[in-house]
Amino acid sequence: MSSETRRPRRLGSAHTSLAAHGEPWIWLTGGGLALAIAMITGLLAFIAIRGASTFWPAPLELLELSDGRRVLGEVTANEEMPVSAGGAATARRRLVRTENFEISGNHYEWFEDRSIAAVSLPRWATAVERMESGRLHGTPSRLLHGDEVIAEGPEKTWREFERLHPPAMARWRRALRIDRHDRGVLQRDLRAARLAVVQADLDGGRQSAGYARALEAEKRVAQRTGEQSARLDKETASLRGQNEGWAVEFLAADGTKIPVRLDGIVRAWQPNRLSFLGKAGVYFSRWWEFLSDDPREANSAGGVFPAIWGTVAMTLIMALLVAPFGMLAALYLREYATPGPVTTAIRIAINNLAGVPSIVYGAFGLGFFCYVLGSGIDDIFFQPSLVADNQPTFGTGGLLWASLTLALLTLPVVIVATEEALSAVPNSMREGSYACGAGKWQTIRRIVLPRALPGIMTGLILAMARGAGEVAPLMLVGVKKLALDLPIDGTFPFIHPEREFMHLAYLIYDVGFQSPNSQAAKPVVFTITFLLVTIIALLNLTAIWIRSRLKRRHLSQQF
Amino acid sequence: MTVQPQIFITPTMQSPMDLQRTQAAGQTGSGAESPITDRLASVAAGRDVPSEVHEQVLLENPVLEIDRFNLWYGGKQAIHSVTMAIPLNKVTALVGPSGCGKSTLLRSVNRLNDLVQSVRVTGDMRLNGDSIYDPRMDVIELRKRMGMVFQKPNPFPMSIYENVVYSLRIDGEHSRGVLDEVCELSLRGAALWDEVKDRLHDSALGLSGGQQQRLCIARAIAAEPEVLLLDEPCSALDPIATGKVEDLIQELRGRYSVLIVTHNMQQASRTSDFTAFMYLGRLIEYGPTTEIFTKPILRETEAYVTGRFG
Repeated sequence: MSSETRRPRRLGSAHTSLAAHGEPWIWLTGGGLALAIAMITGLLAFIAIRGASTFWPAPLELLELSDGRRVLGEVTANEEMPVSAGGAATARRRLVRTENFEISGNHYEWFEDRSIAAVSLPRWATAVERMESGRLHGTPSRLLHGDEVIAEGPEKTWREFERLHPPAMARWRRALRIDRHDRGVLQRDLRAARLAVVQADLDGGRQSAGYARALEAEKRVAQRTGEQSARLDKETASLRGQNEGWAVEFLAADGTKIPVRLDGIVRAWQPNRLSFLGKAGVYFSRWWEFLSDDPREANSAGGVFPAIWGTVAMTLIMALLVAPFGMLAALYLREYATPGPVTTAIRIAINNLAGVPSIVYGAFGLGFFCYVLGSGIDDIFFQPSLVADNQPTFGTGGLLWASLTLALLTLPVVIVATEEALSAVPNSMREGSYACGAGKWQTIRRIVLPRALPGIMTGLILAMARGAGEVAPLMLVGVKKLALDLPIDGTFPFIHPEREFMHLAYLIYDVGFQSPNSQAAKPVVFTITFLLVTIIALLNLTAIWIRSRLKRRHLSQQF
Repeated sequence: MTVQPQIFITPTMQSPMDLQRTQAAGQTGSGAESPITDRLASVAAGRDVPSEVHEQVLLENPVLEIDRFNLWYGGKQAIHSVTMAIPLNKVTALVGPSGCGKSTLLRSVNRLNDLVQSVRVTGDMRLNGDSIYDPRMDVIELRKRMGMVFQKPNPFPMSIYENVVYSLRIDGEHSRGVLDEVCELSLRGAALWDEVKDRLHDSALGLSGGQQQRLCIARAIAAEPEVLLLDEPCSALDPIATGKVEDLIQELRGRYSVLIVTHNMQQASRTSDFTAFMYLGRLIEYGPTTEIFTKPILRETEAYVTGRFG
């Protein structure tokens, strides 16, 4: 067709053709998505990089200042700083992690570049992580046993230190385990026997035969634990005696001598002479300590194992509690209840519950679960503890109450998701089942629920993600700054739902914002955050994996 | 190369208003003032019109008797006093334009309409003499005596095997031998055994549409139903799958009492022994298929089955 014969059509302006093709909308929607992805990945990458790099041994730089001061530390930041009033002239300055808190009173210090005369990387510069009072930066000078000098000079001292440190640490750990664990068991036995006496008193009075028996039993337990305790005392004394007197003397950059007990050193490394593999070794050893050890120094050092344990245990118990509750409620609402204004009102109420601030759930959990339910349980089952020690068992925050509170908090999510999943099951399936002579419950159990299960799992995943990151309500119902007794452990009856526990999200708040030296704790906060995100991601991935297996079983690719 | 189009009569929705307008314009195929328009117009106007039931139907031994059955969706009456008897071990087809109440009537037989909140019924149906709408009738027990196949194949999200033995499973049958036997018999009965015998434990959702529909028939006949209800079983299938399902209905004839709703006149004429023509909730004519399609009593029926309206 030639152009002459073509009928003149209305010529679309650029505007109409743009609207018709919808190009701007593609850009707008795509841009929105890109922005969201950029923000999320940016945040995650930031946390991952900062969190993962905390334990990498940074080089120790020796700064010689123009005023004659000498400082040894890790350079952690560089920035441009205005020096004149208008900000026209700027100078560079760097933030140095100087440590040696007992000398300087600081963990970090800013130095202007123009005040630095020389920078060097001393070969024997050592970073020492101490059990107490934080890190030390210095050079090993002498290894002492009492007054006797075992080694002198950095090289010899370091060699001797590397030889003597592991056995000293092993003895120290053994003594700690005895104090924390073995003695704890004895104390628990003793307390149980004492409470049995109180129970017998409450049951039959002081004249009863039961009371006499209990007294007798307590005496036996006291004698046995006394003997064992004496044995433990002897063992710890021997272990500590062997470590007594051993010390390493370090020379700080300004020449101060700092002696450190040999078993007061967690770990020491010399980053300036470490090879890449050596650094990696330090890195993984610090990660391992972080993942597997108890916290030290107001949670800002050591490990976070109890918090990992508490987070995972609480999230799983919460999921176990919320899943049946939410599913049953949604099943009734969707399958049994007659649709009408009442169900609509209930649905609106449930959706509103999802918007209630979480601290309100915390207050409810404390008021109802701990003080009403828990006190009731204490009155019935744990009266001796209440009478003798004035110590509540269930009547205070604990793992069970925290899990229940969070289950309540995430219930709306599960109910809404389950309802969606149930309504997505085609009615033709239900009718087919009824036509086969199946009853309502048989239809639900055999047809509707299996088909809806992946959708219900999605709700559970969302609930777990929300619950695992929640802090505010937990502060009221059972999370503690330090709780080394795990809620699930090897002592009978293995699960202790009444115990208080630690939680990573609370730890972020505690270490980052309640710690006396927040600057030093900052890298640890990033690491804890990284760990928490990773744990939630792992929990979710597990749930997603289960869901995809369910989907494969119940839905096929065809149609 | 030209493809010979497959010819199906596709009934289109025709509202009473349209019909009246056509009548007023005097443009109906069978000429003005014909009794066709009279009868259909009076149905459309809501007047009672007696059903024409052929004598041969009355001679048959009935398995299901529908007795002055009325049904309302809320305030709207969908079925008007239908009385008909479904013969034993024969295939009975329900035909009529969309919205005439065929499917509603079929779903009333196994009381699936109970699931709809606003439905109200009067009259009764009797399955081998037992009143279906008796308040003492256990609906679940009732449905076990019937099998139903729906418009769209609706296999359950489980294996082929479990689909077929579903009705036995819900009755608590655990004996492997019984289940295996019923599964094979039903699948053979539904002409599906040879195609799926090697993958009985694969998901039923992996079958093709036609196979799925035959699986649904196998599921429906697994419990040895007294009546088999087929609700437009081929409307979602391609011509080849339709042919297979029709062959299957032919095979079921004589062994099962089948009540089939269809939109396809050729299908009704090919597969059924008896045909009932319904219009706007009323039974218009009911008789042996050959007579309905060749010499119906009413000219309205002739007009419908030959495709001149509806």
